[in-house]
Amino acid sequence: MADHSIDGLVSRRDVLKRVGIAGAAAAVPIDAIAQATREQFETLTAAEGATLEAIVARLIPTDANGPGAIEARAARYIDRALGGFLGSFLAPYRAGLSGIETYARTVKGAPFTQLSAQDQDSVLTDMENNAAKGFPGASLFFNVVLSHTIQGTFCDPFYGGNANFVGWDLIGYPGVRLTATANDQRMDVAPAPTHMSAYDFSMFSRKKPNAR
Amino acid sequence: MPVNLKPTDVVVVGLGAAGGVAVLPLTQAGIEVIGLEAGTWLRTDDFAPDELRNNFRGWPQAVQKANREIPTHRTNRNATLSPRQTIHPMMNAVGGTTLHYWAQSWRLNPWDFKVVSETTRRYGASRIPKGSTIEDWPFGLDELEPYYDKVEFEIGVSGQAGNIKGKIDPRGNTFEGPRAREYPMPPLRGTSFTEMMADAARKLGWRPFPGPAAVATRAYQGRAGCAYHGYCARGGCHINAKGSTAVTTIPKAQATKRLSVVTEAHVTTIEVGANGRVSGVNYVKGGTEYFQPAKIVLVASYVYENVRLLLLSKSKAFPNGLSNNRGQVGRHYFSHNQIGGVTALFPKRLNNWYGLPAQGVAVDDWADDNFDHSGLDFIGGGNLWVYSDRRPISAAGMSTYGRAPRWGSAWKAFIKQNADSWNISYLQKTTLPYEDNFLDLDPTVKDPLGLPVCRITADYQENERRVSTFIQDKMVEWYKAAGAIATEKTGMGTMGPTTHAYGGTRMGDNPETNVVDKWGFSHEVPNLGILGASVMGTSGARNPTLTAQALAWRTADRLAKNWKNIAT
Repeated sequence: MADHSIDGLVSRRDVLKRVGIAGAAAAVPIDAIAQATREQFETLTAAEGATLEAIVARLIPTDANGPGAIEARAARYIDRALGGFLGSFLAPYRAGLSGIETYARTVKGAPFTQLSAQDQDSVLTDMENNAAKGFPGASLFFNVVLSHTIQGTFCDPFYGGNANFVGWDLIGYPGVRLTATANDQRMDVAPAPTHMSAYDFSMFSRKKPNAR
Repeated sequence: MPVNLKPTDVVVVGLGAAGGVAVLPLTQAGIEVIGLEAGTWLRTDDFAPDELRNNFRGWPQAVQKANREIPTHRTNRNATLSPRQTIHPMMNAVGGTTLHYWAQSWRLNPWDFKVVSETTRRYGASRIPKGSTIEDWPFGLDELEPYYDKVEFEIGVSGQAGNIKGKIDPRGNTFEGPRAREYPMPPLRGTSFTEMMADAARKLGWRPFPGPAAVATRAYQGRAGCAYHGYCARGGCHINAKGSTAVTTIPKAQATKRLSVVTEAHVTTIEVGANGRVSGVNYVKGGTEYFQPAKIVLVASYVYENVRLLLLSKSKAFPNGLSNNRGQVGRHYFSHNQIGGVTALFPKRLNNWYGLPAQGVAVDDWADDNFDHSGLDFIGGGNLWVYSDRRPISAAGMSTYGRAPRWGSAWKAFIKQNADSWNISYLQKTTLPYEDNFLDLDPTVKDPLGLPVCRITADYQENERRVSTFIQDKMVEWYKAAGAIATEKTGMGTMGPTTHAYGGTRMGDNPETNVVDKWGFSHEVPNLGILGASVMGTSGARNPTLTAQALAWRTADRLAKNWKNIAT
């Protein structure tokens, strides 16, 4: 079930260069970035979505350790939730995504989405440290996006993130089981990944929660 | 005008841990009971192992009555309100928070009932911290033992006894008071991680043991044994192994045909008659107001809601709130000193992905007065608890112990290696009641019905800070003995809304300092009983639920055996 090829394995050197990992190109399925930015966003505008995709790509990068937030579709998770459970965050997101573009132009002379990975990291670090002058609330916004990116990378795939279980595979979570044996709990055992959403089990598929 | 309903014998406000237990001895004694519950029935297929929904989106509390009346908090009388919590710590449902609690089901230790007299006897009266309003309970553990026993067998508690009628068994908690018999089921199984921790504790000369849990470890009274699949913290059980009152005492009471359960009933006030006795309760359901007359009212919601309901129920006889003519409602409030924990990083994978928070190993050597406090500057202590439980979002949200940044490739490499190599301990520590810590009604914040919410005014004091430091140091010592390569202490926070709240309607013989008598009935209103941890005057160093349940059974038993005296 861990079929990352769903998002394609075509090497795209331009995308790889942008995220600064060209050296790892052969090993990493990366077409998802381009794929993702071509799709319509549900809540954010295309420009906002592109900025968000660029941010999450740096928070949990695609690299030698495998797929990251892009392949997990973490930005898509956030976009969908901003039209649902995280609705109260929509206005702060709009302000923050606009704020990061303004700040990037001011200090780096180009839109955030077009910066090198190194410059993107420098902008994000300024935000994290609340050192982004003229960008009020940058640190708070950074922390919100980081926590939502983690949710979108490691949540149940039912919510649109952790696509193809890339987040769970990254940290070695063997997945949802309805029974765990004594052997499944031994320190010297690594149970095989189940690659199932909770809602793939028939008893829970009857009462699905709101996926937004 | 509300719709007047047919009178009943007893109306119970809240069918959670305490109310859900009390209905059983009452209905078995032939008493007609109506249970009013703000939530609904939830079933096994509601309990999907879904971390985002359960642990990050607060389901189902986020959509319930409780969440529309989350208490406000300030640290003291002069402080501004703390940022308001967004999710109520407890849930509304038939069974209440017993549906998604950890189910650790401890008896208090003997010392917890006699903190004042035992501290005075052993160390002198000056060791009771200044400003504390603590009292001995009106009875000792021996009085409560038969009720602990009844509840353990009804809801199905698994565990290992450490003291049966005075005979000590080192496999269990050797510090516990005498119990009449062994637990109805053996404890939850150990894992190689919990066994590694137990071995380390023994190396230190401590006495580790598996903790008690209201989780079946084999088929029990028609319910299945635990499947250890995880998602038990803030998640209900998909096979009913957890002994929630929703699947134990409540259906058993319904089988007598004397319990009528009314769901989605939002109780607003308790009515008082001309004789100064309570006559029933008002509630709203589906936009309609009802009055449910009853000979006896048992208030069995959570601590904050018990206090709030009394304070909202003003009448000619009780102008400052029901049973509050001596100003004791809301006093002697405290919440468990349980936040300050310790986490540890190990040099290997622990495979803690499965299991449940009640599946662990405890150390009680540093709890209560189980060790000599002569040279120390505090009283009480803490129970140390480690367990097997991990979920992916929170695993990835781990501390990096100063070894990696918070994001980027270096972070990703760190969590790839370590997300399953850390552990968090649960340290429950003694908390005392103080003059300055109390509950009342918030003067400005209201619920959607326009009724003021409960306001908490409370903060930890010196004794709690000293206990916390002492216990965290012990936990660091334990982790290091087990091979941890890094440890971190988490802050103890303040005393905002919590799952372990106590007091506000304290039980005691003296009506000047207590709201209910030793049986759980109001000193001022003879046909009003109060159930739950709001009657408890000490916390001990362990989860409150089983004690609240034993007390609820005892109050119900008292009522059933003295029905004519109390009800008329």
